Amino acid sequence: MGKLIRLKKGFTINLAGKAAPKVVETEQPETFVIKPTDFFGTYMPKPVVKEGDTVKAGTVLFHDKKHENVMYTSPVSGEIVEIKRGEKRKLLEIKILADKKVEHEPFKKYSVSEIANLSIADLKDQLLKSGVWPMLVQRPFGVVADPAVTPKAIHISAFDTHPLAPDYSILYKGQDQFFQVGVDVLKKLTSGAVHVNTHTTSEISTVFSQVKGAEVNKFSGPHPVGCVGVQIHHIDPINKGQIVWTITPAGVIQIGKLFLNGIYDASKLIAVTGSEVKNPQYYKTYTGASVKKLLENNLKQDHVRVISGNPLTGISIGKEGHLGFFDQQLSVLPEGDYAEFIGWITPGERKLSFHRAIGLFSFLSPNKERVVDTNTHGEPRSFVQTGIFEQVTPMDVLPTYLLKSILAEDIDEMEALGIYEVIEEDLALCEFVDVSKHKVQEILREGIELVQHS
Amino acid sequence: MDFIKHQIEKIKPNFEKGGKWEKHYYSFEALETFLFAPATTNGIKGAQIRDAIDLKRLMMTVIISMVPCLLFGMWNVGHQHFLAIGQASATFGQKFWVGIVQVMPVVVVSYGVGLGIEFIFATFRRHPVNEGFLVTGMLIPLVMPPDIPLWQVAIATAFAVIIGKEAFGGTGMNVLNVALTARAFLYFAYPTDISGSVWTYLGDAKAAAGYSGATPLSLAADAATTGTNVVSSLNSFGAGWNEGVFSFSNMFMGIMPGCIGETSTLMCLIGAFILIATGAGSWKVIVSVFGGAYAMGLLLNLIGGNAFMEMPAHYHLVIGGLAFGAVFMATDPVTASQTETGKWIYGILIGMFTVLIRVFNPAYPEGIMLAILLMNVFAPLIDYFVVNANKKRRLQRATV
Repeated sequence: MGKLIRLKKGFTINLAGKAAPKVVETEQPETFVIKPTDFFGTYMPKPVVKEGDTVKAGTVLFHDKKHENVMYTSPVSGEIVEIKRGEKRKLLEIKILADKKVEHEPFKKYSVSEIANLSIADLKDQLLKSGVWPMLVQRPFGVVADPAVTPKAIHISAFDTHPLAPDYSILYKGQDQFFQVGVDVLKKLTSGAVHVNTHTTSEISTVFSQVKGAEVNKFSGPHPVGCVGVQIHHIDPINKGQIVWTITPAGVIQIGKLFLNGIYDASKLIAVTGSEVKNPQYYKTYTGASVKKLLENNLKQDHVRVISGNPLTGISIGKEGHLGFFDQQLSVLPEGDYAEFIGWITPGERKLSFHRAIGLFSFLSPNKERVVDTNTHGEPRSFVQTGIFEQVTPMDVLPTYLLKSILAEDIDEMEALGIYEVIEEDLALCEFVDVSKHKVQEILREGIELVQHS
Repeated sequence: MDFIKHQIEKIKPNFEKGGKWEKHYYSFEALETFLFAPATTNGIKGAQIRDAIDLKRLMMTVIISMVPCLLFGMWNVGHQHFLAIGQASATFGQKFWVGIVQVMPVVVVSYGVGLGIEFIFATFRRHPVNEGFLVTGMLIPLVMPPDIPLWQVAIATAFAVIIGKEAFGGTGMNVLNVALTARAFLYFAYPTDISGSVWTYLGDAKAAAGYSGATPLSLAADAATTGTNVVSSLNSFGAGWNEGVFSFSNMFMGIMPGCIGETSTLMCLIGAFILIATGAGSWKVIVSVFGGAYAMGLLLNLIGGNAFMEMPAHYHLVIGGLAFGAVFMATDPVTASQTETGKWIYGILIGMFTVLIRVFNPAYPEGIMLAILLMNVFAPLIDYFVVNANKKRRLQRATV
């Protein structure tokens, strides 16, 4: 049925501070934030609430001019305490002071058999108004899915290979029923298949292995094999003019809960990880949670960087920041703002590197967990070394040429070299291993935006 | 350490925007980052962690891989000197000392001139001082004859850095290998000083009886015209003052006259081992240059025709600068082919052209230099086809 795909290229970054398989219920954070900047492809988000309004989980906070019927809703119930705007009054975030107990906006409930007979219009309507829709991400470009489109396939990556990534068998334990219903709903939205992509070596949760009606594919290999873009490339690549959607298992489960329970359930488990966390483990909270309480008395030292997401693709949010919409991981690493005497040559097996140049011995002990800080370890330079990006990109894509075509703003060339097939996370490892310290992800997004608006 | 760091921090504002030496910021930055790896951290977005490697470390790795060639070259310069003047009994120390005295000034001039120009360009063109010259500065002395006049080294280095590199925008942008550009410049500008009997340093001493400055390549070319067997003429060379100098094993070891650092195939292979083990040099290029040369040698053996063409193919791998060029020059990532498939084609063609030029164009006995420069020019074309193949696969997928 599904495919078995073995990949060799890549590099799994083995960091210290992985979450212990323990779920902790703790006092909920006071504030939750939804940041329109988390959603690519939106361009003029317009709030429909005012400061002081009370909302329920599932109440619309804002919508965007690009797709006006896609609603972005509140993850919890409470009071809108702040609507933060930036330059040119750009909407940056909407902050909600949460109630002690979450109240839900009621949506229509369906039984499993009713869902099977539901019209696509009704189905989409439910997804759009509840706030679940933005979990659907469109490829190419990694933007919020266009409701008017029927994608050729929907892909779900059922494992995460990023550094310090949470274990999906813990995150989604016991959600089998909701995941199944979510897949049933998604099947109606695509003309092709729903792909659930699992990893061969890790123990596959029954959530994914028992799912019916989806193609269950198996992958093996190092990171970035868990990135859905890499998986799509090997299962059913995107060509010019084609559209596929991707969604995380969390999104699928939210869809299931929306239809079975009639609520927008933004509760989720998040992994609090990193070498500077005293007790790396899983916590139960909601989308957009303030991380302040999660880190209180939980840090080994004060000079740290708090990252919403993983250390490769995440965003630094500060100790009082809020989780990003899609993130189910918080990483805390030591800040690297120190100068190291002749640090460009000092040896150390402590230094983590994909390379084996003089003084870098980490390749000798790949299974050792390492503490890595946020230092750049060098200065930006022109492209010099070649062939390295290719070693960490398990796709038939030439990253150096793609990046150069973006720097040259040559749109035809970008298309020909496969910009439709990648987003930041797929090439994030290139940024990590780059000898010349290019901002690969930033360059790639600039290219995507150029192509998108051409 | 803290004292130095403190002093640097103290003078730093003078070099930053608005400071009185603002113009010299990049020179300052080069020295500062040389002393201390910078305290910069990754941005708010994008990768929050970075690999411990940087260009400085990569370049140091390449330099370290050249050290065996350099040390051996120093000894060999002295060794050949004493053999040529008929004092084979000189001690290891004496030989090495002569080598140091001959070679170090060349290294100093190469680095001094090259880095000087780099810093000047960094100041005027406002770009960071790039580490690329650390490698080039070492490569240039290694491909010079032992008693090259120092002013020629200076001119060649200046030419190579300015015309070969900075004119194109600095490290990473150059089309031709910079060190080979220096070598080629000397070759065509001062042919008498870099060909003929220049490969042994004689100094003021008188040459031993029977001494000849011929090289294996010139012997082989001569053999082609006179029709004598190349191997036997190589083996019989040096009778009386340095018997067996051009035997296969001796040439493999590199105990023979030649450029300072390129005579020893063994030392080049040690360098190749370091480059390949550390990933600093492409094994594909190294293997394919040797492979291409060997294959071309075999092909010529099959065709036959003259004595040079009939020379056993493996001799091609140890004579001249083929090994040095394959390991240290062809692998330059900036001027080589940049696609993985392209590297095979690039390397094989260098090997083949080297042998072709050697055998069929006696005017240029050293084929590897010209072969690499030629393929440097064609590397973008090879890449063009490889990249196009990638694009075509994507297009075909769309239309099927």
